[in-house]
Amino acid sequence: MLLQINTSQSVKAAPVGTGEDFDAGAMIIDHVIDAHEWHLFSIGDKHYSIYLPVILYYNQNFYFFSSRRFDHGYKSYKGFKIESEGPHKGKIVRTIDGTMKTDHDASRPLDFSITKHVVVLFFSIIMLIVIFLTIAKKYKRHPNEPPSGFQSLIEPLIIFIRDDVAKSAIGQEKFEKYTPYLLTLFFFIFFNNLLGLIPIFPGGANFTGDITVAMTLALFTFIITQIIGTKTYWVHIFNTPGVPWYMKFPIPLMPIIEVASMFIKPFVLMVRLFANITAGHLIVLGFISLIIILGQINMLIGYSITIVSVPLAVFMSLVELIVAFIQAYVFTLLTALYFGVAVEESH
Amino acid sequence: MELISPGLGLLFWMVVSFSLVVYILGKFAWKPIMSSIKQREKRIEEALYAAEIAKEEMKQLIFDNEKMKKEAVADRDALLTEARRIRDSIIAEAREKARLEYSKIIESARENIEFEKLAAITDLKNQIAQLSIEVAEKVLSKELADKNTQQAYISDLLKDLKIN
Repeated sequence: MLLQINTSQSVKAAPVGTGEDFDAGAMIIDHVIDAHEWHLFSIGDKHYSIYLPVILYYNQNFYFFSSRRFDHGYKSYKGFKIESEGPHKGKIVRTIDGTMKTDHDASRPLDFSITKHVVVLFFSIIMLIVIFLTIAKKYKRHPNEPPSGFQSLIEPLIIFIRDDVAKSAIGQEKFEKYTPYLLTLFFFIFFNNLLGLIPIFPGGANFTGDITVAMTLALFTFIITQIIGTKTYWVHIFNTPGVPWYMKFPIPLMPIIEVASMFIKPFVLMVRLFANITAGHLIVLGFISLIIILGQINMLIGYSITIVSVPLAVFMSLVELIVAFIQAYVFTLLTALYFGVAVEESH
Repeated sequence: MELISPGLGLLFWMVVSFSLVVYILGKFAWKPIMSSIKQREKRIEEALYAAEIAKEEMKQLIFDNEKMKKEAVADRDALLTEARRIRDSIIAEAREKARLEYSKIIESARENIEFEKLAAITDLKNQIAQLSIEVAEKVLSKELADKNTQQAYISDLLKDLKIN
């Protein structure tokens, strides 16, 4: 992240020392949201980025081209551009032919681009598959030997998820069926949280702090919970036992609350992961921006504030290491608890 | 606003990729890993159980050994006491026997000595008597060589007789 800070992805934000206005808010937001190119660094006004492929579906047509065509958002290509303002800022929209003006009447194209966060996604799943298949091979080859090397780093986590999350939340009889999913979920979030803390490519992206990612994971939890729900679970929602009848009839108050909670649970799950991880990135970026903002007022103040800002940013990054684990753990634990409630049999 | 507006493309890739990773890891990683860990845990549990049993057996064995040792010690002690008793009795018996033998020998020796003494005394007596007779014979024959003397002697003897 430190590396990316001095350079700014935003076309409006200027690099340090050029004398142009530095918009800290825009710079920070640009760093935590998804993008069509992976900005590495800038020297002066020159931006060095990895241009990622754009895949659009519009009017029954697919469009494939490099994000280089947009020239960091300055140009339109084939009637598409990256919106620079308004509610769709950062998304690809239609332009009025031949101009850079947004065509507000046209529908937005479906954007299946391999964006920065999709790259992180691909990278992380490849890493996860490589890591865990390697470990699995080791387990298969030496099933009765104590774990060694990287395996001994991972095994305590596996056992922790199995015993303290899956077994305690779902129960002795059924936990084994859901442990693999919980393990994948945990390691996916944990690995990506950590990856987001590494400031250089391919780390540093605010992947798990992307609302889409958090939403997808929460959606999986929601869907699986509903699919595995037993009769007891559904009875509990629509005819909650142990509640007086006037709470259910004529106004079905309890069912309404229960159904709402069905949706609120994954929603909260999403918000928690998104907010925690994004907040961590925002704070670190904020500390670093402080140096640049003050540096623009006076170079000396800018240099001296580094004494405060850099240790604080380092401290925040260390806190983020803990948060990375806690958020992965909490997400997995709550998912396991929802599964536990769903599979519970009447007793 | 950009921060909280989900992207359709990422959602699509996320659903596809995450499903894939759940499937692949579930089938090729977690399955062998979990079964291996479970198997190992079972083995450890069994080993612990076996160790517990072995410990129990060992305890029993030590206890048995202790008992056997105690019994052996008791046996040895009994044997020693018995042997000592036998030895004492043998010694006492031998002593008694020796004492008897000794007194017997002494007795017979004493008898022998007495006997020899008597024989010697008798012999001595006989020899003295013989010698006395010879001496008396010689004296008498010498004394009574002349008539007068004989007469005087006989008178002497007669004088004695009268007194008696």
